[in-house]
Amino acid sequence: MTYSEAYEFAQTYGLVYLVLLFVGMLIYALWPGNRRRFDDASKIPLRED
Amino acid sequence: MHILSMLILALGAAATLLLAIQASDAVMSFHAGLMALFFVVGIVLVQKRRNNLTNTDGYEDGIIRAGAIASTFWGVVGFLVGLVIALQLAFPVLNFDLPWTNFGRLRPLHTSAVIFAFGGNILLMTSFHVVQRTCQARLAGGWAPWFVFWGYQLFIVMAATGYVLGVTQSKEYAEPEWYVDLWLTLVWVVYLLVFLGTLWKRREPHIYVANWFYLAFIVTVAMLHIINNLAIPISWTGTRSYVIWGGVQDALTQWWYGHNAVGFFLTAGFLAIMYYYVPKRAERPVYSYRLSIVHFWSLIFLYIWAGPHHLHYTALPEWSQTLGMTFSIMLWMPSWGGMINGLMTLSGAWDKLRTDPVLRMMVVSVAFYGMSTFEGPLMSIKEVNALSHYTDWTIGHVHSGALGWVAFVSFGALYHIVPIMWGRQRLYSLKLVNMHFWVATLGIVLYITAMWVSGILQGLMWRAYDQLGFLEYSFVETVEAMHPFYVIRALGGLLFVLGSFVMAYNLWRTMRGDLRIEAAPIGSTNPVGAAS
Repeated sequence: MTYSEAYEFAQTYGLVYLVLLFVGMLIYALWPGNRRRFDDASKIPLRED
Repeated sequence: MHILSMLILALGAAATLLLAIQASDAVMSFHAGLMALFFVVGIVLVQKRRNNLTNTDGYEDGIIRAGAIASTFWGVVGFLVGLVIALQLAFPVLNFDLPWTNFGRLRPLHTSAVIFAFGGNILLMTSFHVVQRTCQARLAGGWAPWFVFWGYQLFIVMAATGYVLGVTQSKEYAEPEWYVDLWLTLVWVVYLLVFLGTLWKRREPHIYVANWFYLAFIVTVAMLHIINNLAIPISWTGTRSYVIWGGVQDALTQWWYGHNAVGFFLTAGFLAIMYYYVPKRAERPVYSYRLSIVHFWSLIFLYIWAGPHHLHYTALPEWSQTLGMTFSIMLWMPSWGGMINGLMTLSGAWDKLRTDPVLRMMVVSVAFYGMSTFEGPLMSIKEVNALSHYTDWTIGHVHSGALGWVAFVSFGALYHIVPIMWGRQRLYSLKLVNMHFWVATLGIVLYITAMWVSGILQGLMWRAYDQLGFLEYSFVETVEAMHPFYVIRALGGLLFVLGSFVMAYNLWRTMRGDLRIEAAPIGSTNPVGAAS
C-alpha cells in the first residue's frame, strides 16, 4: 500500500467508519429505553464501601 | 502453577544477574543488579505468602494500602524535587556545579516523580480499588497484581537513578532508556491483564463508567509507550540506544505521545477517579450517566489528534498543525461536559462543601480541570501560541492542571481511601485536611499567577523590535526580568510541599488509628468526618 492509497482510505472509509461509530454511541447513550439501565448503573459506586 | 511462578522468577533472576556481571557500563550493571534483587526477593515472598496469594475470598485490599503509602511517599519526594529546581531557576548557585545535581538532570527527576511515581501509584491504587468495588470481584491473577505494584516501583527507581547518573534518551516524559522501557512494558501488560481479568470475573453485569476510563488509560498508555520508545540499543549489555524515528517524524511521534500522556494518563485516568470518588463522597449518583458515556467517547475520539499543537511554526506540515489546533479546540466540549457532570453531582448536597474538606478538595480539583482545559485549547490556537510557546505560560498551564486538578483529586481519593482501608472510623483530623487545602490552594494561585505574568512578559520581550527593526532585548535581559516571578513561584511551590507534609502526617496518624478530638464544623449533622 502506498502513502496516497493509505490516506485515500483514511479520508473516505476511515472517516465514515469513525463518524458512524460515534453516531452509534450517541444513539446508545440517548436511547429512551436505556434510561432505567443507566439510572441503575449510576448507583453502582454507592453499593459497596 | 506455583512451580511455574518459581521457575519464571528464577529464570529472571539468573538472566539479570548474568547481565549485571556482563554489563558494558556501570549504570547497566547497577540496574541489572536491582532487577536480580527484585526477582530474588520475589521468590522469597511468593514462597512465604503462598497460601495468602491463592485466597479468593473478599477483596484484595493489601495492595491498596501499599498503594496509599507509595503514592504519599512519591508525592512528597516529587514535590520536594520540584521545589529544589524552582529554587535553582531563581538562584542558579543551587546547581552546586555538580553533574548529579544540575537542573538538566533534576528536572526529569521531578516530572517523572510527580507524573509517573505519584500519579502512577495513585492510578494503580484507585483502579485496583474501583474495579473491585464496582465489579464486586476480587482482583484477578494471584500474585500478578503484586508484580505490577513492585515492578512499577522498580521502574521508578531505575528511571530516577538513571537520570541522576546521566542516563536518558532525551525524549520529554519518556526519558528512560530502552531496557527500562522494556521492563515497564512487561509490567504494563500484566497490569492490563489483571484489570481485564477482574472485569471478566465481575458479578455486576454493567461495567461502571470509571472502569471505561481506567481501561482507556491502560490500553492507550501501552500503545503510546511502545510506539514512542521504539529504539535500537547499540549493545544488549549497555544503556545507550537510538530511537528509530528521525527528524520531524520523531518530533510528531514524541508529541503524539507527550500530549496523550496528558490526555490518557493525567486526564482519562483521573476522570475515572472523579467518576467514582466524587459520587461516593457526595453520597449521590453521578449527575448524568448519559453525559458520562458521551464524555468518555468524545474525549477518546478527540484527544488522540491534538498532539501537533506542540509543534506550531515548525517543520511539521501546516495542515497537521491546523488539525492539531482544531481538535484541541473541539476538546472544549468533552472537557466542560465532564466538568459539569462532576460539579452537578453535588446538586442537592452543596452544604457538604462546608462540612467536608475532602469533598471540597475534589470539587476544587474539578474546577481546576475546567479552568486548565479552557486554557489549553486557547493556547493551542496558533496566534496565541506564537506568544505563549517556549515561555513560562506553558509551565503555569501545566501546573494548574497538575497541581490543581491531578494532585487535588488524588489527595481527595487518598483522604477517602485511607480510613476505609485501615478500618478507621474517620481521618485523624479534618482540621489538618482543611489546612492542607488552604495552604496548597494558596501555593497553586501564587504559582500560576507568577507564571502568567512571567510568561507573557517573556513572550512580549522576545518579540519586541526597536525602530530600526533590531530585537529590543537580549536573551539575558529577559532572564533577568523573570527573576522576581521565579522567586514567587518557588514560594508557591514551598506552600504546596508544606501542604503535602501535613497530608502525610495526617494519613500516618490515621493509619496508626489515632483520632484528634475536634469540634464538629458548624452546620454539620454528622459526627465529625465520619467516613461514609
